[in-house]
Amino acid sequence: MTYGILNFANFAHGDVMALGAFLALALLALLRGLGVPQTAFGPLSFGLPMILALLMAMAFTGGAAIFIDRILYRQLRKTGRIILLIASVGVAFGLRNIIQFIWGPLPQYYHQEIQLARKIPLLGVKIKPDEVFIIGLAAFLVAMLHLFLQKTKTGKAMRAASDNVELARVSGINIDRVILWTWAIGAALAAAAGILAGIENKFITPDLGWQMLLPIFAAVILGGIGSPYGALVGGMVIGLSEEVSTAFISTAYKPGVAFVIMVAVLLIKPRGLFGAK
Amino acid sequence: MAILEAKKIRAGYGETEILHGVFVKVDEGEIISIIGPNGAGKSTLLKTILGLLKPLEGKIILDAEDITGLDPHRIVRKGICYVPQTENVFPSLTVEENLEMGAFIRTDDYKSRMKEVYGIFPHLKERRRDRAGKLSGGQRQMVAIGRALMLEPKVLLLDEPSASLAPRLVQLIFEKIHEINRSGVAILMVEQNTREALKVAHRAYVLTMGRNRFHDTGEALLKNKEVGKLYLGG
Repeated sequence: MTYGILNFANFAHGDVMALGAFLALALLALLRGLGVPQTAFGPLSFGLPMILALLMAMAFTGGAAIFIDRILYRQLRKTGRIILLIASVGVAFGLRNIIQFIWGPLPQYYHQEIQLARKIPLLGVKIKPDEVFIIGLAAFLVAMLHLFLQKTKTGKAMRAASDNVELARVSGINIDRVILWTWAIGAALAAAAGILAGIENKFITPDLGWQMLLPIFAAVILGGIGSPYGALVGGMVIGLSEEVSTAFISTAYKPGVAFVIMVAVLLIKPRGLFGAK
Repeated sequence: MAILEAKKIRAGYGETEILHGVFVKVDEGEIISIIGPNGAGKSTLLKTILGLLKPLEGKIILDAEDITGLDPHRIVRKGICYVPQTENVFPSLTVEENLEMGAFIRTDDYKSRMKEVYGIFPHLKERRRDRAGKLSGGQRQMVAIGRALMLEPKVLLLDEPSASLAPRLVQLIFEKIHEINRSGVAILMVEQNTREALKVAHRAYVLTMGRNRFHDTGEALLKNKEVGKLYLGG
């Protein structure tokens, strides 16, 4: 959506994920200090504080993205997409270093316990309870996004603007508002992703976002730029490919898998699976 | 009674001036065609009227109000709607969603207007849940015009409505333009298809190289020998 409406590849997206993850960390500490009950929900590794921290971090990160747009990208709107891309690289470095400045370069932990994978009776696979939550929440967020894009006026306006900004303008759609919504939603979802990654890996580092940029871009290119559903499919394919590849090749090559897929897509079908541009 | 008037317009893109003092007048209820060779500035004129380009000089008056230099989203709210020549629909939205976007700034219930638009373009009603990108050229053009009609504009600007349409569809589009005009919408149309554009128009302006060349009734220009030689193949 960012590419379609704002017309540039946002290299800061990964670091927005990291921002969300670290904000949640800070909020967790705050909530602990405020005396919010720490008991975990059932087999999960976290309880109420994490849920609250997740929601609040999503909101704050969304707000941060709007702020960054106001002070930076908005001034550069009339320039080209290369300049915006470089600006986003600047934002990426800025965010990453602010995080590092506040929280230090070492990994930080959401929790310390090791979770054992439990067996799911019907499917015969083993999965950790936290992972069930992650999948469930991700599915829920995707469903919410889908409903928003399909059923609400703002959502439709975002899809329209993503198709053709000038036609949207000429139809009277307030492009400024659409842009703010795009940043807010994009950043909030990125924050959620960062936090979920933190729950899965148990620790977060300031680099976690920047490291994910390659798979993220590979997923979007595979799915087709301009198609949020394509990005969804692309993400699943990349993620699964990376993990499955560890059965055959060293885990050190995992990022390489995303890279190979991306290059293959660009060579064979640059538009991706569902893309229009 | 002029509903739209552009006076002494000088406009262009960046350093290049395309229009060197062009004038056009549309009276209420009229269909006005603008014809002329490629590069004459016809599309530039439409974009300037809509506010996508700011004129270097000149005035644009809509219904006695000076709208020169206003932004497009303001001008759209004042009653001018525009159908670009290409990329004039939202391809990933359905036909009905395209019309909804056309009605975006309406605060009232737009459903009755949508019914009216489906009345003009019955083919679209059958296809309302189809994605606009999957439609044929002719159907897309109808969606494009339908979208612009959702705001019940005073003036409809059409940029080459018959471009890249099969001959049978060209006839259909001009019939629809006639129908829309009869419902009370003034139409300012840029066209490459000179003969059809002159046949359907009340009056027409010929532009060449950014200046007015002729203007007269459609009928008169059809009979004009010079116009015939230049644009109607003798």
